[in-house]
Amino acid sequence: MANMSPVKNPIPEQDPNVRNKNFLEVSLGYDEATAVDEAQRCLNCKHKPCVGGCPVNVQIPDFISLIKEGKFLEANAKIKETSSLPAVCGRVCPQESQCESKCVRGIKGEPVAIGRLERFAADYAMAHPTGEAVEVPVSNGHKVAVVGAGPAGLTCAGDLVAKGYDVTVFEVLHTAGGVLMYGIPEFRLPKAIVQKEIDTLKAKGVKFVLNFVVGRTETIDDLFAEGYEAIFVGSGAGLPNFMRVPGEGYNGVYSANEYLTRVNLMKAYKEDSDTPIYHAKKVAVFGGGNVAMDAARCAKRMGAEDVYIVYRRSEAELPARAEEVHHAKEEGIIFKLLAAPIEVLGDDDFHVKGVRCQNMELGEPDASGRRRPVAIEGSEFILDVDAVIVAIGTSPNPLIRTTTPGLDTNRKGCIVADEDGATSKEGVFAGGDTVTGAATVILAMGAGKKAAAAMDEYIQNKK
Amino acid sequence: MYQILKKRRLSANVVLLEIDAPYVAKKAEPGQFIILRVDAEGERIPLTISAYDRDKGIITIVVQEVGATTIKLGQMEEGDCLHDFVGPLGKASEFEGIKKAAVVGGGLGCAIALPQAKKLHDMGVEVDLIAGFRNTDAIILEEEMTAACTNLTIVTDDGSNGHKGFVTDALKDLIEAGNQYDIVIAIGPMVMMKFVCKTTEPYGIKTIVSMNTIMVDGTGMCGGCRLTVGGETKFACVDGPDFDGHQVDFDEAMRRAAIYKPQELAAKDHQCNLMKMEVK
Repeated sequence: MANMSPVKNPIPEQDPNVRNKNFLEVSLGYDEATAVDEAQRCLNCKHKPCVGGCPVNVQIPDFISLIKEGKFLEANAKIKETSSLPAVCGRVCPQESQCESKCVRGIKGEPVAIGRLERFAADYAMAHPTGEAVEVPVSNGHKVAVVGAGPAGLTCAGDLVAKGYDVTVFEVLHTAGGVLMYGIPEFRLPKAIVQKEIDTLKAKGVKFVLNFVVGRTETIDDLFAEGYEAIFVGSGAGLPNFMRVPGEGYNGVYSANEYLTRVNLMKAYKEDSDTPIYHAKKVAVFGGGNVAMDAARCAKRMGAEDVYIVYRRSEAELPARAEEVHHAKEEGIIFKLLAAPIEVLGDDDFHVKGVRCQNMELGEPDASGRRRPVAIEGSEFILDVDAVIVAIGTSPNPLIRTTTPGLDTNRKGCIVADEDGATSKEGVFAGGDTVTGAATVILAMGAGKKAAAAMDEYIQNKK
Repeated sequence: MYQILKKRRLSANVVLLEIDAPYVAKKAEPGQFIILRVDAEGERIPLTISAYDRDKGIITIVVQEVGATTIKLGQMEEGDCLHDFVGPLGKASEFEGIKKAAVVGGGLGCAIALPQAKKLHDMGVEVDLIAGFRNTDAIILEEEMTAACTNLTIVTDDGSNGHKGFVTDALKDLIEAGNQYDIVIAIGPMVMMKFVCKTTEPYGIKTIVSMNTIMVDGTGMCGGCRLTVGGETKFACVDGPDFDGHQVDFDEAMRRAAIYKPQELAAKDHQCNLMKMEVK
């Protein structure tokens, strides 16, 4: 008999006023009994609408059935059949707009907590290593390269190594993981979890070459000359956009990338870190996406008293996940909605001393379908802050497109690729943010997965 | 790991390191830089490449001990390894169609100006190299500079080497003496580059500067290195580090470069105190 409770089992969390001063994980995860109870809410629908909502088609009812039966390791193995990073996805996927949005239980009540169950299975498996050696696939003798060790690249590498390919991942930073390491903060995605996923890929035979800039250290054509038969480019959208308002050159104005990289990747939150960061008292974050929420919550944890999110539309249009907005509010982040920054103000020492903003109202829908914000005349106000973090999006990095002849890009600088990741250059496949512009971890993983299949087909047909 | 093959102290607080980095050496060109980390917990710092040897796979860097990481670097010895070393980063300098050039280096910048002077000199370009230092004790790489140019002029702020003056004075004298430069390349402290640009502007001589801004990743990700060039925001790491000096907003760049000065000083202080403790 299914558990007919209309609501999800709540997930235990650190108290907001405790967690906003530490970098430990906010959400503590289900225990075994809660996971089984939640799993019993699943009706095991024959037509599996949830699976269609997952970019990597995790066999959701199947893994949930295994949790019901207490077969937690088997549940994790089931997820791993199609997803290479379950512990990551269980934490950062926007389930509410994907699998859970299709859940039949969501019609009259809350959907099954698929994300929380995925996380439970993955964490359980990590905490209970079987001691069995990772199975190393039999080599098929073909050499492939993956550019960028973020979610797209890791997924592509995982699928290709499983098919027997000799896979080398080239990463520009000193740590593999991409945005999972430098961007998403420790309190939302512990780095040890990401590292374990990467270590599993290594154990399967994936080689990681760090500190290697494709486009500078070597080009795509150099890699082909070295015998790589196909190359996947998952170099992300790392180039930060700025507002182009006066005063963005003042000290204390950070891109979210810089702020998050200093805090997460370079561990500026630890006292003994060599990486300097400005410890602001009052911070304004421009933007309303997940990255803006991450930056704001990091700033709070770095000791800022007042942290503002300045976003030009209303709460309904916030691109961030509802859960992130909720967490940010609980932690004391102040939302200045329907407000747009028009100038960053600086003091005589060239440091930020405030932001001049303007109130907005929503007009007619624009090309994106969202109602366009329109400035209200005479509504200017000044936010008293000593740091600004700009989190209004990123663009693809120019290094590969400017050094790879024959690789078509669009006007935004994104690599042009078809549904399966094939680009205009033979043997080069691409996916993730470098193709779509800034999007989500799971979409990048889906693209990496499709490209891996297409690369396999390409190489097998070439023979 | 990236081993230190050779260490040479050039002056009281400047040290030259030859690093085993074959991948970087294979593609390195004058004007490019690397980013390194000393250890697994270290910060990433950018350093301009001072020399490269493709055959031996060696990159030479010259470091002034001013902050936490550069002080650590100065304490490392031959045989020690750097945890991370990535490059070459940035665009290479462009030297098409130059017949006569003035290369102006200030202090540590002389070490960074060397590969540019050497490349031009090797291409058959007539190179006047002007090097400025605080005093005679601070002079570094004199032999290497002599070999990389047609004429070398060394000036010191205090005149302790017998030639008192700033590099801008020496440059102006050479221009006034009738030298026709196709290009002036200025590499050194931002304030020096700013005044070299002010010196060349009335003569309409194209002036290239190398912007050593603060950065984290060096690949276009953090935006910390942004500066205003010709009214537009540029990233030193991917759009530079070479820029048309007459277009650069130096005042903004200099103020941005100073943001972590308090931390640098604190690092130095901290280090000095540590040393004092060891002496006890």
